[in-house]
Amino acid sequence: MTEDAAKGTPPALEMRGITKRYPGVVACDRMSLDVRPGEIHALLGENGAGKTTLMNVLYGLARPDEGTILLDGREIGIAGPSDAIARGISMVHQHFMLVPVLSVAENVILGAETMSNPIFVDLQEASRRVAALAERFGFNLDPEARVGSLSVGQQQRVEILKALYRDARILVLDEPTAVLTPQETGEIFTLLRRLVDDGRSIVFISHKLYEVLEIADRITVIRRGKVIGERRPGETTEEELAELMVGRAVELTADRGASHPGEPLLRVEGLHVADDRRQEAVVGVDLEIKAGEILGIAGVAGNGQDELVQALIGLRGALGGKVTLAGRDVTGFSPRRMNEAGVGYVPGDRHKFGLILSFPVYDNLILTSYYRPPFAHGPLRNDAAILESAEAQISRFDVRTPSSQATTSTLSGGNQQKVVVAREFDRELKLLVLDQPTRGLDVGSIEFIHRQIIAKRDAGTAVLLVSAELDEVLEMSDRIAVMYRGRIVAEFDGRTADKSEVGLLMATGGRTAAAAEETRA
Amino acid sequence: MKGLARTLKRVFGTAARPLAESLVAIVLALAIGAVLIAVFSGLLPGHSAFDLGLPYAAYAALLEGVLSLNGMTATLVYATPLILTGLGVALGFKAGLFNIGGRGQFLMGAVGALAVATVVGQSQSSYITIPLALLAGALFGAAAGFIPGALKATSGAHEVVTTIMLNYIFVFTTYWAISGPLALPGSPQAISVDVTTRNAALPIILGRDGHLGILVALLAVPLVWFLLYRTTLGFEIRAAGANPDAARYGGMRTNRLIVLTMSIAGLLAGLAGATTILGVVHQVAPGYDTTVGFEAITVALLARSNPIGVVFSGLLLGAMRAGAQSMQIQAGVPPELVDALQAIILLLLVINVLRRWLAGRSNGQRSAPAATVGLAQAAEGAQ
Repeated sequence: MTEDAAKGTPPALEMRGITKRYPGVVACDRMSLDVRPGEIHALLGENGAGKTTLMNVLYGLARPDEGTILLDGREIGIAGPSDAIARGISMVHQHFMLVPVLSVAENVILGAETMSNPIFVDLQEASRRVAALAERFGFNLDPEARVGSLSVGQQQRVEILKALYRDARILVLDEPTAVLTPQETGEIFTLLRRLVDDGRSIVFISHKLYEVLEIADRITVIRRGKVIGERRPGETTEEELAELMVGRAVELTADRGASHPGEPLLRVEGLHVADDRRQEAVVGVDLEIKAGEILGIAGVAGNGQDELVQALIGLRGALGGKVTLAGRDVTGFSPRRMNEAGVGYVPGDRHKFGLILSFPVYDNLILTSYYRPPFAHGPLRNDAAILESAEAQISRFDVRTPSSQATTSTLSGGNQQKVVVAREFDRELKLLVLDQPTRGLDVGSIEFIHRQIIAKRDAGTAVLLVSAELDEVLEMSDRIAVMYRGRIVAEFDGRTADKSEVGLLMATGGRTAAAAEETRA
Repeated sequence: MKGLARTLKRVFGTAARPLAESLVAIVLALAIGAVLIAVFSGLLPGHSAFDLGLPYAAYAALLEGVLSLNGMTATLVYATPLILTGLGVALGFKAGLFNIGGRGQFLMGAVGALAVATVVGQSQSSYITIPLALLAGALFGAAAGFIPGALKATSGAHEVVTTIMLNYIFVFTTYWAISGPLALPGSPQAISVDVTTRNAALPIILGRDGHLGILVALLAVPLVWFLLYRTTLGFEIRAAGANPDAARYGGMRTNRLIVLTMSIAGLLAGLAGATTILGVVHQVAPGYDTTVGFEAITVALLARSNPIGVVFSGLLLGAMRAGAQSMQIQAGVPPELVDALQAIILLLLVINVLRRWLAGRSNGQRSAPAATVGLAQAAEGAQ
């Protein structure tokens, strides 16, 4: 910053000593950040570290209690998002703000319409301008296409195009790769490079270390509302960044240790399950998981994993086949009976099956056990016991929450998932079903949850891990089964499995499905 | 605004925001009502157009009508069925159900009470007749609520549609009952028995016409609160309303909860009907109807589905009814203004609810597509 000032070119954006307090917490504590013209500046931090709050201050969504914002060296005040946009600051949110039924061009001009006269929007002119802009930066987007028909990666480009159309000089991207495939991520990185080569500045919010090292020119690490340090990608490592971010040394790859499988606990024989459209989604699956063993199921999303998982936890009936848990036939059990039989479940979509966000934390901790002692005395709730158990679990599972009474939706994603983990793990389990248990979480939470899973395995639980993230399956599993179109098409030893081989089977399945048929016959 | 919000926050904690929204809706409705009075003052005899003194005079008369002893009793009497039915609607909102069937459930409660008065009242003392009549009203109302609940649980038929349609069925069931099995014997025209002649009239416990039903309503409030917040069933109801998927995973039988909640809602509305017939109306002729079922929706929304809040919103709407007459006599403003005020309050609340629902859609959980479900969920406010 000082050297730039000496050179006479002030940073495109400078935030000085920003402090933002919310009741009970200081979300930003004298945070400073400067972004130079033509720079990609990564903001790295765990969920809830204050990244989003800082950017909300920049975007005029939150008013800072202290601190100043300078744009091209001049102090400014930002009254709201429209003010920020008028000053050339644009934000691409994690959840897109697009109208699916409108075209790309219509979405881009929404709110900044080109008018042919005071009443009608000039859509042709808009389409022409949008096409020109897309061409200039190599967006490869059809301005006439309906946004609803585009892939997630393309929709994100529409969002960026929206910002460029409003002539954004400073572009804030909030976790832009969270929803993208690896290939789409590569494409978006190329695009971002082109934008900064054009003299624009980008603030890139992320908690993925390798990504930040790949794309950023400078990295500012924040932790618990404070700026901890600044690094350049060439001068640092993933390990150092993780340590800065979490505040202690972090194991980036779980050390799962040797497994000591015992008796088979879960046995699935010829299981058939239908999906919501009554199509057969699970087609004769056979599985066996031993006590103290993690079986990973790798597969591209939508190959029957959801239905398999839901059948195992009782949310979905089976068309045929048999499920045996510790020698007992549990086929067709209700969720409650499955739960009582010793099945725990961590969903990937915790907002759907895992949590009631509008409820306090303590109520979510008893979601599956509220009806039995000590949480219930006959038909009555025992609030004292509920609270006492909640306090204990919150401290044991390190859930960061102001109190057990806090509304669950106010917790960060990682801490919400810890609430689920606390509820599901904190008892004797025979089978643990994990459906993408770390989706969207930061490294600290991922490490924590992985450790808990391994502890459960070592305590003799059979673990089923389903994930579309191949890395997680490879890292955690003692055995790996590949699921393709409702069938298990191959099985690997978790220690020797080759990533590209498993990946190929996930994508094609077919060839080996024939082979599997042969071996069966 | 901000100062008000801060003060409320200090006293009411998380309930402050919904409370502030409700208060703003009331104040705004009164202001819009004042404009309406002023605009239409030219139509009233003896007033010039845009008589700016008239709104003040009207509201003063309304307040005066409420603040007398008789006015306060009348407020309680009007509030009784509103509180009972409002509790039912609020309970539905908590479970994610939008019960528009208060009208039919109220009328079936009335039929139940009349049936007991007709059959039992002649031979038994009021100590037996009254409890039996109240019980019958509650059960008839529960049955009227059970039907849309069972329809939803078994076939998925939406309760908004079925309760509205059932309202008509119950209205005509009521006419049939009082012109047939429950008709006053020997009377030339179709009319029910007079409950005062059948040992079934509720005793007056307050002022000129403050009947026992007031106590029934005030007793129902803590019971519903206790059910919602102190029992496991209440936890299930609230969970099923807030996130049916998670409730199912938690082992709750959501279909059973729908039937149960609708039945309890019907039971409360049935009690409203029974206490109104036994305490106020006494004798029913064909054409008898009620707007309580709909006003109860305003009551529940204004209270953000909080049982304690229902007492206050029920009293507010009851007070408006009680003061309407004095407003007409002293200021010449037609009592229908009270309907307009209630409608404006409802409108303002719904706008707020929709705004919050739309805002809430972007952050998960409120994934249910039906706007009514969104309304029901949003009606829970800051819950």
